[in-house]
Amino acid sequence: MTYELRRRLSAAFLIFGFFLLWEVLCLSMQVSDLVLPRPTQVMETLISRFGVLWPHIVQTLWTTMSGFLLGVTVGVLIGAGIGISRTAYDTLYPLLIGFSSIPKVAVVPIFVLWFGSGSVPAILTALVMCFFPIVVNIATGLATTEPELEDVLKSLGASKLDILWNVGLPRTMPFFFASLKIAVTFAFVGSVLSETVASNKGIGNVMMTASSNFDVPLVFAGLFILAMLGMLLYVAFSFVERRVTGWATRREDFTAI
Amino acid sequence: MHNERTRVAVELSQAAVSFGRGSKAIAALQETTLRINEGEFVALVGPSGCGKSTILKLAGGLLQPSRGAVIVGGKEVSAKALRIGMAFQNPTMLPWLTIERNVMLPLKIVRPFRADYRLKKNSEYRDRVHALLRDVGLERFANSYPWQLSGGMLQRANLCRALVHEPRLLLLDEPFGALDQFTREELWGTMQSLWLKHKQTVLLVTHDLKEAGFLATRICVMSARPGRIVDDRGVDFPRPRTIEKTFEADFVALNQRLRELITRSRTDTVIEEA
Ligand SMILES: Nc1ncnc2c1ncn2[C@@H]1O[C@H](COP(=O)(O)OP(=O)(O)O)[C@@H](O)[C@H]1O
Ligand SMILES: [Mg+2]
Repeated sequence: MTYELRRRLSAAFLIFGFFLLWEVLCLSMQVSDLVLPRPTQVMETLISRFGVLWPHIVQTLWTTMSGFLLGVTVGVLIGAGIGISRTAYDTLYPLLIGFSSIPKVAVVPIFVLWFGSGSVPAILTALVMCFFPIVVNIATGLATTEPELEDVLKSLGASKLDILWNVGLPRTMPFFFASLKIAVTFAFVGSVLSETVASNKGIGNVMMTASSNFDVPLVFAGLFILAMLGMLLYVAFSFVERRVTGWATRREDFTAI
Repeated sequence: MHNERTRVAVELSQAAVSFGRGSKAIAALQETTLRINEGEFVALVGPSGCGKSTILKLAGGLLQPSRGAVIVGGKEVSAKALRIGMAFQNPTMLPWLTIERNVMLPLKIVRPFRADYRLKKNSEYRDRVHALLRDVGLERFANSYPWQLSGGMLQRANLCRALVHEPRLLLLDEPFGALDQFTREELWGTMQSLWLKHKQTVLLVTHDLKEAGFLATRICVMSARPGRIVDDRGVDFPRPRTIEKTFEADFVALNQRLRELITRSRTDTVIEEA
């Protein structure tokens, strides 16, 4: 308890110190807020313009989450297919590697071409950004069943489904949740990316407009919001992860639950 | 000959296994004929890579012979006429389940137990698991997770998992191979008392000659790869056998004889290859 508390306190202290340093340096070196606004200025903008920013926050959040959910579905299906079937692995894996090495900025114009600007390309970009880590993690989790255990179960007359249900799936859970944390931040990158290029709504669009108006504090306010949302979702998924798959990460904590 | 009570549990007739095809084929097992009667405890010893695990996998129906036939419980292995339990050197307990649930896993899979799994997992099956755990001295660890147990304890749990569905044939592949000498000898005792209690047919693969002499009713010695059985002898030391027994003259003599047979079969192959 005391150790845990000390750890948390020192982390909070360091984060606070970072912003303090930023503030002090800007003040002492008289940096113009057109270059780098001070944290207090950013906070002020954030609070005074919150009413205007709120609909954009909601927009970004819902496109991100929609894209994320679709990405999880697609990722789980493909990952399971690859993890179970050798043929699927051989055919799909090279395709996926190729696809994942395309810079995603390049696909946004294509989505805009097909669906017009707005929410749809943002959702789709979030999807394509986030499904790949899920595929890889699910496939890895399913493929790492010890051959000895598989032999034991087969000699008991276990079907492929029995093995998948009792061993493959539970073993995949830690991989799956670890990938969710990463995927959700990737989904953010995707939706904001699409908003900056082709949308008149969302935080990405706000930042784009603000930067062309030289409203630098607002640009930074947008960055803050994105960072906060990303952290929030990351923390939420870490929490679920620890609840569900504690056996794989922190053994001591797990028994305490 | 045709005693009612000695039925054949496992029969390999001219069974051979090779991996790969054509010119790249590797012979893992030469034509082997081996008959194991019900209730026998057969130890299979031989140099590493000679095909011991291959024979075990044939008996377990995990591998089909390239030539010849494998009959288990009177039927081709794939027919699953006999309930089989298996344990390997790696205990492979599932980390997200308690020892109790790990040991219970076969009951979730094997017919007819699986039909009543939901109904009985907290009553009858639980008692059955606990009785087994008591036999191997793990009763206090029923609700522990695998990472809380030592290697020797995990291997005891592994034996329980192999036995919980009351298999008529137990296939063990170097189950004590990764343990230290003291733990290993302790587990020989555990294994012996389990066998004396249930009298299943056992096929034990090992490279430890003392282990074979301590546990088996019969020892088969294999030559180097591609393996074949070069010696097959009964072991009739009285039961229960003790560690002290392993220091007595007749036990040591058996050990030496086995060692000689294995060394000779190895030099033979070297000469053939040269
Ligand atoms: N899946 C496989 N593919 C190719 N070769 C194999 C395979 N399994 C075993 N072998 C070969 O067959 C031989 C016998 O193997 P094994 O039965 O595992 O030996 P051991 O007596 O050590 O248990 C070894 O030389 C091994 O390299
Ligand atoms: Mg082996």
